[in-house]
Amino acid sequence: MEKFMYLFRGGDNHAHNANDSAVAQENMQAWMKWMGELGQKGILVGAEPLQPTGKQVSGKNKVVTDGPYAETKEMVGGYLIVNAKDIDEAVEISKGCPVFNENGKVEVRPIQKMEM
Amino acid sequence: MPEQSDNTVNKLVDHFFRHESGRMVAVLTRVFGFANIEQAEDIVQDTIIRALETWRFGRLPDNPQAWLYRTARNKAIDLIRREKVKHKIETELAPLLKSEYTLVPAMSEMFKENEVKDSQLRMMFACCHPAITKEAQITLMLKTLCGLSTKEIGRAFLSNEETIQKRLYRIKEKIKEEHISLDYPGADRMPARLDSVLKALYLLFNEGYNSSHPEKLIREDLCEEAMRLTILLTENEKTNQPYTNALLALMCYHASRFNTRLDDNGFIILLKDQNRKLWNHFLIERGNDYLNRSAYEDLIHEYHIEAAIASVHANAKSYEDTDWPLILKLYNSLANRVQNPVVSINRCIALGEVKGYEKAIEELEKINGMSENCYYNASLAEMHLKAGHKKEALKYFQHALTLTSSNAETELIRRKINLCKE
Repeated sequence: MEKFMYLFRGGDNHAHNANDSAVAQENMQAWMKWMGELGQKGILVGAEPLQPTGKQVSGKNKVVTDGPYAETKEMVGGYLIVNAKDIDEAVEISKGCPVFNENGKVEVRPIQKMEM
Repeated sequence: MPEQSDNTVNKLVDHFFRHESGRMVAVLTRVFGFANIEQAEDIVQDTIIRALETWRFGRLPDNPQAWLYRTARNKAIDLIRREKVKHKIETELAPLLKSEYTLVPAMSEMFKENEVKDSQLRMMFACCHPAITKEAQITLMLKTLCGLSTKEIGRAFLSNEETIQKRLYRIKEKIKEEHISLDYPGADRMPARLDSVLKALYLLFNEGYNSSHPEKLIREDLCEEAMRLTILLTENEKTNQPYTNALLALMCYHASRFNTRLDDNGFIILLKDQNRKLWNHFLIERGNDYLNRSAYEDLIHEYHIEAAIASVHANAKSYEDTDWPLILKLYNSLANRVQNPVVSINRCIALGEVKGYEKAIEELEKINGMSENCYYNASLAEMHLKAGHKKEALKYFQHALTLTSSNAETELIRRKINLCKE
């Protein structure tokens, strides 16, 4: 088993926002269902949604600026880590992600094991 | 009567908090797992305290139940976010609680009506696990499902708070040792496990109905709690079995006589002398309803027969009008199924009404091992009295008198003894 990180980019609407609209409710249910299934299979390692705002610290001088300023559709909105056999399986699993219903996309990245 | 209406309000408020805390403990224990039940109970207690503080001086929220659930839910979420849950959560919900994607919605879901009821049922099965003694099962149900305090349970069992606390501690340790979870038993084990739950509820009901507890309110409460939980079982298709309905019917019939069984001084009024107009006809109707619903399969359970007997009594216009031959027939089939001396004694009393008291005495004398039982001696005495044998009646009543510690029973037997001397 290898670990893979899904980076969720874009998406109209974050399912985790406490929003009572019917669509938000539906999205929430979809996330619960999908992550519940991953949890039951025992392959879910962790996942968190991210707020759209934050700070950037950069350079040798550690300059702090507001950010990130990426376009909404490119912005990382959250991540999830799964255990999968290989990248193909990780990709297959990612297809169940509700972010696609929200016009988002998933970037599947193998976690790098550092050489000893 | 302002005092009485105050009492009614207090009782309502009391019951509201008691029942809601029972529900919230069931939900949170399901979420956190039984290993964390103390933390679940702490959250619920904090929630109730906050409600009392907030509501006392402010306005009551429009929906007090929703207020309580939201507060408890938030406290539970907070505990998880601060990673302060003592034992690792291993319930099926665990993966959803680990991520902010799903933590809040999963927790909210658990406080929806259906899930609350589901949690209560799961809790019932956990409390009535066969590895726990019956007495312990009842104690645990009263604490976790009915929301009674250890003090109240102590009062109900005529015991003290400390004893009950120790008992609860031991039961909880046992549940943790045995890894009893709040999952439903599998289909193959369901009938046996449901049987165990129903038996505990029946005992809980009897604890209230038959006990000689001096406080009527406490006895009433125990019966009410037993019925409330049995009703819950009839609302779920897994547990809504014919014999569940039969047991509920039985409870309704018995409860319908609750207020006529004792006089103002707390003395027993026998079935024959009860004012049937004062029986609770709403409950008798409900009993008839549940008994009808219990009859949709061939399977006959003891509860069916007991409920049928209670139904004949409840629906009879007077003691004399009672269909005694039918009652005798029902007791015959009950006696064939269960080895229970009380059933045998009751069968003999019915026999007396059908075939004469001499015959009843003859059959009562055949029952072994009951000569030092109060009910047996009193029944034998009663049959002798009805048959006109005052001397024998006096002898058995006097013996019965030495075998009871209940004031109500003592008084009843004394009155009977006076009749024998007339």
